[in-house]
This record gives sequence, structure tokens and C-alpha cells, in this order.
Amino acid sequence: MGENLLNKVWDYHTVRKLEGGKDQLAIGLHLVHEVTSPQAFQMLRDRGLGVAYPDRTYATVDHIVPTSDQSRPFADSLAEEMMSAIDKNAAEFGINYFGLDSKYQGIVHVIGPELGLTQPGMTIACGDSHTSTHGAFGSLAFGIGTSQVRDVLATQTLAMDRSKVRRINYEGELAEGVFAKDVILNIIRTLGVNGGIGYAYEYSGSLFRSMSMEERMSSCNMSIEGGARVGYVNPDQTTFDYLKGRPFAPNGEAWDSAVEYWNSIRSDPDAIFDDEVHFNASELEPMVTWGINPGQAIGISEKLPRLEELPDDQRGTAEKAYDHMDFIPGNPIKETPIDVAFIGSCTNSRISDLREAAKVVEGRTVHSYVKALVVPGSKQVKDQAEEEGLDQVFKEAGFEWRGAGCSMCLAMNPDKLEGSEVCASSSNRNFIGRQGSPTGRTLLMSPAMVAAAAIKGHVYDVREI
Amino acid sequence: MDEKRIKIEGKGLPIRGNDLDTDRIIPARFLKHTTFTHMGEFAFYDERFNEDGGKKNHPMNNPVYSDANIMVGGNNFGCGSSREHAPQAIMGYGINAIIGGSFAEIFFGNCTAIGIPAVTVSQQHLDTLFERTEKTPNTQYTIDLEYQTLSYLDGLAYVHMPLSIPESSRQELIRGEWDTTSMLLEGAEQTAETVNRLPYFSGW
Repeated sequence: MGENLLNKVWDYHTVRKLEGGKDQLAIGLHLVHEVTSPQAFQMLRDRGLGVAYPDRTYATVDHIVPTSDQSRPFADSLAEEMMSAIDKNAAEFGINYFGLDSKYQGIVHVIGPELGLTQPGMTIACGDSHTSTHGAFGSLAFGIGTSQVRDVLATQTLAMDRSKVRRINYEGELAEGVFAKDVILNIIRTLGVNGGIGYAYEYSGSLFRSMSMEERMSSCNMSIEGGARVGYVNPDQTTFDYLKGRPFAPNGEAWDSAVEYWNSIRSDPDAIFDDEVHFNASELEPMVTWGINPGQAIGISEKLPRLEELPDDQRGTAEKAYDHMDFIPGNPIKETPIDVAFIGSCTNSRISDLREAAKVVEGRTVHSYVKALVVPGSKQVKDQAEEEGLDQVFKEAGFEWRGAGCSMCLAMNPDKLEGSEVCASSSNRNFIGRQGSPTGRTLLMSPAMVAAAAIKGHVYDVREI
Repeated sequence: MDEKRIKIEGKGLPIRGNDLDTDRIIPARFLKHTTFTHMGEFAFYDERFNEDGGKKNHPMNNPVYSDANIMVGGNNFGCGSSREHAPQAIMGYGINAIIGGSFAEIFFGNCTAIGIPAVTVSQQHLDTLFERTEKTPNTQYTIDLEYQTLSYLDGLAYVHMPLSIPESSRQELIRGEWDTTSMLLEGAEQTAETVNRLPYFSGW
């Protein structure tokens, strides 16, 4: 019987079985950012430890970075202290660092792939739950906590239990105006926000095979929103074509050896999975969330669910959602007024996302009541967009054009919702308070749908604009 | 070696609701501190306080639960962000064990890594525990990780409920090996052998 990718990569990276029963798993690439690392570096200092494999460790800054005025010291003294801490830690421990002044700075899950650091068949860890993004390349990428960041820094390994694997077979192709974001929101809606606990998701089927790398990244990114810590797509020619020529990708003779390894870790045709589910894209339409978790999503033509239509175990969260959102069950989601439109985040801030949004925006104007902003995922994405003139398209329409960072996805920086504002957002979480205001409200959707909402002033079907 | 976590005793703090995410446990604006020292002060902040600082109707504002140390939560507890600040805030507030219907995976791992057992019970038992912690808040519970039971006195009789926790984490807690760094360091030589076999580590 064949093996799936997870088991192959896991076996290659297993150092030994620990007495308690977990595997000691070697980590091939450790990505670090400013928020979840300072405590870990301090723990190393307290214990007199160094970084075991500094050349496998790459840090950048994204969460607290202001996206407009980036002059130092930052106006926010806590943010300045945090930024100084990573500057100092990177230097003291000798790790690779793309700081605020590096041309490679950006959201950690955007720069890993675009620099070619993220490669198939690797194990990757980062103190951030959206590390699942890197699974788009056929790597096993784990979001970890700060104590585990300490473990990886000190030992380049983690103590882990092997997960089960659920293969998600998605057949068909994406219709005009329907994107990877809609695919993953539909998966989470169907399997539940807790459906993936204990599982890694292998995304398969003709739909995923035909997706670009950036589309695969958007899907894998939100695996964790479905409860799956890890999500991956088997590497193929699309993966290799994306990687070729990137700054940290192998080249010359190494390239051929790399492709050989990358091909070897694909799930075998007769691989066994712990579970399999099937989807078809034929009726998939643009999705919008209406509640307080990413599973509370519906198609643009659907109506908000009535409590009695929902399964028992979802009713309590739905009641809480209606209480927070102040929406009325049974109403359509379409034409829900918005105050803010945000295009950005590790889910949807890559060049293809900006291109799709710009297509919608071109020649149109942001609605007078709407504050709209575009935050590229990295400096490289920003430069590319400017080279293509996308910044002009957005600015002429009335969008603000910002510097690279996490921005309003989690509002650890000056970009925040105010009061009970409603935000059409291309990010990944609609949790209560997520965008910086405890009473703020978030509607998740694709960047093209955010663009359409920005123009109309309310939720709108991008296919009809 | 860390302190062994075999028995945890104390009163319960009911936090009802499923899918309670870590942004609600600790809002992101409090993550700008470079240490975990003050996290306990911000635990469940926006759940407990209005924007004007006024207290909301929340169990953590109820003096009846001021000395509770065992949190009782719902299903998919701790979903969302990987921030270890969430269990650090819960621990800083004074909680040293969590009982739930199910836990999000990263949150669960973060709890174990700082020595907080996060154990699950059946839905039926969870309903009983919520009711009990709300109606009889002075009940003393004993979580026994060795025998995987939760017990309390109901009238004259003891009630015992089976607890579940992944075996590997249970072992780490009862052996006092939940801070994994030193154990992982012992495998440094084998780690070097393993990574040297990986083609991408050795430059292809």
C-alpha cells in the first residue's frame, strides 16, 4: 500500500520516539516574527542556550508594522519596544533577518514562498497559526506557540503527535468571479470550524490541481480556520515552475536533485487516508461570512440562516453571532451596508489578489461612505503592483495604498475598525473584536468581492458589477 | 524536570459557549508586551468589560468564582490564533486546569507546554458540570490525571466522570516533562544525523 505525503515527510524528519510517546520531529525551516518570539528568545537567555541552526531560521516583521508612517521610533511605545526587541534578538542570536528596512520585508507567510524559502517536502514551523499557508508547496507547516518557538530555536525540533490525514477531493473548475477564498470558505462551512481537529487536510482533485500557487496558498492558509493545523497540496509542475529562479530556491545541478526529492514525497496513487470527502465546484458562488467564525459563511445569493434551520451544536454560536452582528435571520446577505473595505492579510494580499481586485475597481469610484484600503503583503508585492500601475488604479478609485504588513487583519498596529463599523475584509478571521474594535463587525470574502463592496457601499455580487 | 501534574483540586469557573477563540481569550492589542508577566490582567478582557471600563455580566466578574481555579469550557475551546498568550493569560488569572468538550489543537499544545492539563469529558458530563458550577459554585473538584477521572461530592456520594487527554500529553504532565526543551536537547546528536540525511539541509 502506498503512503501519503504527510507520512513520508514525517518519517524523513523523525529524530526518535520520545518516552512520553511523541515523536521528536526535525524542523527544516523556522520562520519568526516580532510578536510571538521575544519571550522565546528571553527563555533561551535565561537558560544559557543559543539557536541550534541559525541558518535555518528567518525572521521578519509584520504584525505591528504601521502601514503608513513607518518612521522610527514608532508613535506607539509598546510597538517600538517590540520592534527593537526583534532587531536586537536577530543580531544577538545570529539569525537571518528581513527587518523593516529590508527589501524582502513583509507578512511572514507571503515572503517565505516568494523568496523560495518554502519548498516541498520540508517541515516548517512558525509562531503563527496561518503557517498552514506553506502547505501549498507540499510541505508540513505547523503553527506553534511561543514555548515551541523556544524548542525550535534551541533544538531545531518539536515534540509532536502525528496527525491523521483527511483527503479533500474538490472536482471541477472555478467559474468567473469565484476564487480560492470561496473554495476554502465553503470547505470550512461544510466540515465545520472544528471538523479538522486531529487532522491534516490534503487538498486534492482537479480543482486544486488546476489552481495557481497563490490560489493554493489562500486555501491552505485557512486550514486552521477549519480546525486543521496543517493543510497541503501535493507538489507538481505548477509548484516547481513557481519556485524556479526565486532567491532561495535551489539552482543549477541542485535544482534537479531537488525536483527528484520533491516528486518523491507526493502521496502515492494508492495512498491510504484516514478520511476522504468529496466536493464539486459546479454550484460554488462567491461566499460571504455573516457571523463570528469563518464557518458562518453563505453564498452571495443565500439568506442568513434561521436559528431553527441550524444543527443543535451550532445554534448557540449563531445566537451569539446575531447578537454581535445585529443582523436579522432570513435576510439576504447581499446589500448589507459596509463602512470599511480591507484588501490585505496573509490570505489575500499577493499580486494575483491585487490584480483581481484592480480589475473590479478600474474606472470606478469607492462609495462616498466607505473607507477603503489596500495593504500589499510584502515590499516585493508592493513593488510589483506599482510596476504594473495597480497602485494608480486603486488610488484613482479612492483606495488608500499602504506599506506591507498585517494591518487590519488583527489590528496590532494603527489600522483598526472604530465602534461597530462593518468591514468587508479579504482576511481570514471574523472573530469578535478581531479587527481592533470590540464591537466591530467583519465580513470575510474574496478580494474581488471586497472591491465590489467598496464601490457599491454594500455587499454585492462581483459577477454582476 | 518540571513539577508533576497528577492531581488538580479546586473550584470550577463556567465559561459557556462553543468555538471560543483566542482573540476573545486575549485581544491582540495586549500582545504588544514582550513578556507574559501581565497577561493574567487581560484575560477575557473584552468579554468582561465594556469599552467604558464598566463590568459586564460575566462569571469572571462574579465574586462567587473569585477563588475558582478549574475553567469549564465548551467545544472547540481556544480556536484561532496560535498565541500562547491565551493559556498564559488563563494561567496568570489563576487557572491551573481546563475541562472542555474539545480543544483546538494549537491551544491544547500550548496548555500542555506550560503545564496546564486541558481535559475533555462527554457532552452529557459537560452539561452536568456547567449546571453544577453554576448552581453549586462551592463544589470542590478533583482532576486525577493518573486515573483519568474527575470527582466531586454530590450530597453524600462521590460522582466520578471519565476524563480524556491524549496519552502523550498525559505522560508529559504526570512525568513532569511538559517543558520539552531539555528532553529535545538530549536528542541533539540524533537530530544532527537526521537533518544531515535530509537533502535540502545538506545543500542537495
